[in-house]
Amino acid sequence: MATLNSNIPSGPLAEKWEHHKFYTKLINPANKRKYKIIVVGAGLAGASASATLAELGYDVHNFVFHDSPRRAHSVAAQGGINAAKNYQNDGDSVHRLFYDTIKGGDFRAREANVHRLAEVSVNIIDQCAAQGVPFAREYGGLLDNRSFGGAQVSRTFYARGQTGQQLLLGAYSALNRNIANGGLKSYTHAEMLDLVVVDGHAKGIVVRNLQTGEITRHNGDAVVLATGGYGNTYNLSTYARGSNATAIWRAYKRGACMANPCYTQIHPTCIPVSGDYQSKLTLMSESLRNDGRVWVPKRKEDCGKKPADIAEGDRDYYLERMYSAFGNLAPRDIASRAAKTVCDEGRGVGETGLGVYLDFSAAIQRLGEGKVRERYGNLFAMYQEITNENAYQTPMRIYPAVHYTMGGLWVDYNLMSNVPGLFVLGEANFSDHGANRLGASALMQGLSDGYFVLPATISGYLAGQNPGKRPTTDNGSFKEAEENVQTMTKRLLGNKGKRTPDSFHKELGKLMWEHCGMARNAASLEKGIKAIGNLREAYWNEVNVLGESNDWNQSLERAGRIADFIELGELMCRDALMREESCGGHFREEYQYTPDDPETKQGLVNPGDVKRRDDQFAFVAGWEYAGAPDKAPILNKEPLVYEEVKMSTRSYK
Amino acid sequence: MNIFDRIWNSSLGKKYLMALTGAALFVFLIGHLLGNLQIFGPPELINGYAHFLKSKPAMVWGARLGLLACVALHIASAVTLAQLNATARPQAYATKGAYGASTASQYMLPTGIVIVSFVVYHLAHFTVLLPGVNGVGDFSNLKATLHHEQVPDVYGMMVLGFEVGWVVLFYLVAQALLFMHLNHGLAAMFQSLGFRDHVWWPRIQFLARAASVALLIGYCIIPLAIYLRLVGHDYAEMIRFKPKAQTAPPALVAAQGKEAK
Amino acid sequence: MKVTLKVWRQKNRNTPGSFKTYESPELNENMSFLEMLDVVNEQLANRGEEPIAFDHDCREGICGTCSLVIDGKPHGPHKGIATCQTYMRSFKNGDEIVVEPFRAKAFPLIKDLVCDRKSFDRIQQAGGFITVRTGAAPDANSIPVPKPDADLAMDAAQCIGCGACVAACKNASAMLFVSAKISHLGLVPQGQPERYKRAKAMVDQMDAEGFGACTVTGSCEAVCPKEISLDFIARMNRDYGVALLKGDPKAIKGGGAG
Repeated sequence: MATLNSNIPSGPLAEKWEHHKFYTKLINPANKRKYKIIVVGAGLAGASASATLAELGYDVHNFVFHDSPRRAHSVAAQGGINAAKNYQNDGDSVHRLFYDTIKGGDFRAREANVHRLAEVSVNIIDQCAAQGVPFAREYGGLLDNRSFGGAQVSRTFYARGQTGQQLLLGAYSALNRNIANGGLKSYTHAEMLDLVVVDGHAKGIVVRNLQTGEITRHNGDAVVLATGGYGNTYNLSTYARGSNATAIWRAYKRGACMANPCYTQIHPTCIPVSGDYQSKLTLMSESLRNDGRVWVPKRKEDCGKKPADIAEGDRDYYLERMYSAFGNLAPRDIASRAAKTVCDEGRGVGETGLGVYLDFSAAIQRLGEGKVRERYGNLFAMYQEITNENAYQTPMRIYPAVHYTMGGLWVDYNLMSNVPGLFVLGEANFSDHGANRLGASALMQGLSDGYFVLPATISGYLAGQNPGKRPTTDNGSFKEAEENVQTMTKRLLGNKGKRTPDSFHKELGKLMWEHCGMARNAASLEKGIKAIGNLREAYWNEVNVLGESNDWNQSLERAGRIADFIELGELMCRDALMREESCGGHFREEYQYTPDDPETKQGLVNPGDVKRRDDQFAFVAGWEYAGAPDKAPILNKEPLVYEEVKMSTRSYK
Repeated sequence: MNIFDRIWNSSLGKKYLMALTGAALFVFLIGHLLGNLQIFGPPELINGYAHFLKSKPAMVWGARLGLLACVALHIASAVTLAQLNATARPQAYATKGAYGASTASQYMLPTGIVIVSFVVYHLAHFTVLLPGVNGVGDFSNLKATLHHEQVPDVYGMMVLGFEVGWVVLFYLVAQALLFMHLNHGLAAMFQSLGFRDHVWWPRIQFLARAASVALLIGYCIIPLAIYLRLVGHDYAEMIRFKPKAQTAPPALVAAQGKEAK
Repeated sequence: MKVTLKVWRQKNRNTPGSFKTYESPELNENMSFLEMLDVVNEQLANRGEEPIAFDHDCREGICGTCSLVIDGKPHGPHKGIATCQTYMRSFKNGDEIVVEPFRAKAFPLIKDLVCDRKSFDRIQQAGGFITVRTGAAPDANSIPVPKPDADLAMDAAQCIGCGACVAACKNASAMLFVSAKISHLGLVPQGQPERYKRAKAMVDQMDAEGFGACTVTGSCEAVCPKEISLDFIARMNRDYGVALLKGDPKAIKGGGAG
């Protein structure tokens, strides 16, 4: 059994981070360069961490599977980044951002981590502005803000529809500066395929060069994973096609616990699926909900009609009806589930019946088409490119899609996993978002972890390590890990099956969406676990991977990742089955408010809203690998202790 | 590295050279055109101008050397850049590309080469006065009397020279290519030197177009007007019978003398 | 609908390549171009032929990974979008579509339609940054940035580093990319201290990578998925010119101990 000690510092919530930084051991500047740190991934978290660690003087080695560190999927974040700057004087504060995030996460996040995130948020904006990130400005030259993702204050900073891209370019420029200074070495087209654990500590990785197929070993005094989320388990998602769980999954198989894997975020405003060939779901920025109204026909019979032919009185603006205070701006999990509910009632629109309208006619009437074009022109153009429909004339059709995973590798307050020396940042860890992430908080967390948290906490671990005694790559554990990778590669290429890896991925995606999607129940999850287990076995018998190992081979790359997705999907279902409550993005049909519950009667919630069970499930589930994919994993629990906030019913009415 | 090495060793530096020498050559083109347009006046106007230039050898040779240096630098940068550009894409596309590029911009080197060969011909034609290239005879024999001096008869050379059809055709083709070259080059010059933004670019393009059209018209109407017998035909007929004579025909001297009074 | 694909196949840099022709299976016009390639690849794999290697990642036009020269134009027939946002409805049933990799000396081919664009990273490493230590930044509102400057910087910063400008240019020049990067940082006040040094270093690295020079044809701007303007090239030319005239900074004499 692993021990999950959160290492939350004592003291008042607002002072924990300051105290902790003071009491964390430091490394003498002259000694820092002797410590070699491996960072995998160069998204917001990985790039910012690499740059900052190199700047501090550590010998940093950064690995990405992309052709360039600037391509990580952080670039796709459109909306913005939150920070408790209160530049708008609208009542924001560190405490409010902290509270909103805790509540948004449905009281399943760690208080101390979230408070730290809110504290650090203000420094992130300063840092990025100094790097030259071209944030939106007001005419006076000061920073502009908007309200986003269901927040009641305007605390979101943005750079047109490209906030993620611009923030990443900032972090990438910091990375480049340190490469130029010689303190950082960057390896591109380098995919981590195994974690090396020596005497219980993470001391290196095994990497495949995607261009040449060469497998190499890399040792370090600590290993940092910042490899993003695992939403591609569902095959269809808003993730990049290359986003994968291989790094965290292989770390899991080396003993790191996987926390809350069933917490996935389904984003409400994506372009609906149009056919079986589809590889990718495109997100339409949530900011559209600021001016768009979501509706479906009141009657099933109207679904086939053109939207213009449905009278105003026959439309059901269901978000406004159900959540009068937040209306169309209700948090993502709530808006998504509501869309699913109305579609399940048969009132969905579009060819597949899986879609709802996002209507701008009211906004166009109120503001004029010019103003709407100014605000959302690029999004409308993108929508037209994909669907061939003009959203100025006819409402957009949207449907929820997998967008983010709140779960991930378990980490303590120092962002270190239960394997000493293994640190996990950004979306790859189980992080600060609890069971649901608020809009514009992912960028904040990635940069907070990379720029400010890890650089302050990693010295606490390193101070106990002697860099002179760092295991060399000749060590038996390195040899074993490399052999493990070679064996898997050989097995994949040697298998003479009949099916392509992608066909398995599609099948897995369908199983996951059906059994572990927006609404889950015990019977279906059990079925899912069984089906995915069968798929795992079938995979190793029937998959056919073409090409060679010592060459650029995209089939081989994908085959390895899909094998991991299959195993991870099974664990997600197990976690969802174990968690017999509903919270945030995890909705168990058995646990929802009914019209008879007192909360419903008081008007706090609607019937059908998620019902938490704090008495039994106020814990982080840390799953531990049992040594083989077909063995049931071991469940470890970290209780969630709330000192400051009282866990209460999450109401957006 | 000194500043010259810095400029020469950088692709942008060479573009500056191209632009600056191009600008100088453009200024020369304007001056040269203004001088030549005197053909539309009486013969002694242009002959007097030519004589004035001849009488200031230091100035003329200074200008010639300067021009030569500009041409040499313009060509040297063009050739080295073209070599660089050719190596930058070792394997060509199967499909014909250059999407969104204007025709002129894609053929700067070919138009430039034709213009250079034209300039060589033009020098042989009217400066060195090689008899073999003009289709008429030995221009060096043509003399006119100006202020009681025997001076080269530039007017006569031009009117005789441009009554030759193939010569005119070559001149017109060269002017058309020069127009193409300038039409792109004049605006690109501002781009290369960095004098451009979203406000000025349309204006620069308009002015560059206007200037190249003006030069095209100006340079074409001279051979055309002569070839169409609109200018100086009587004069040409008068001197045509003896372009090889050692001295100007009496009639010609008389004519000039009369007008000069 | 169905199309015929004429695709460049090349095992690796050292093996000569050639065009191969493939008939697509039945397609849907709402497929993206890359999804069409997925479908064709799935068909190839089922026949035991190695799939066509092509670069892609986000598939929403922002990561800059996808490339391809489609019928002679990088990123396909439409303006202002990347290959991944090109849909099959832009083609007709029965069309023959020629698909080639981005070709440039500075983008050596890896396989089939995949080329190596690390030269862009090296240009960025030469100076594409503002020197600011983490934690050393002043309050973000302490340095106002005039809105027009911020907007212009954002116009430049939109560059996704895909390399289509290089692919389209008849000289395989990287001027548009480099100028976008230089202009983005050179337009904000935070980037002023290193403005000329940055321009010089990045342009020199661009030259060292073996890109061609600029003939101002405008192809780059025409194919850029983010429609970056040629104005930025002029800006870079200006900054680089100033840097040339300035020369190197004075060397520091003496030492620091004390």
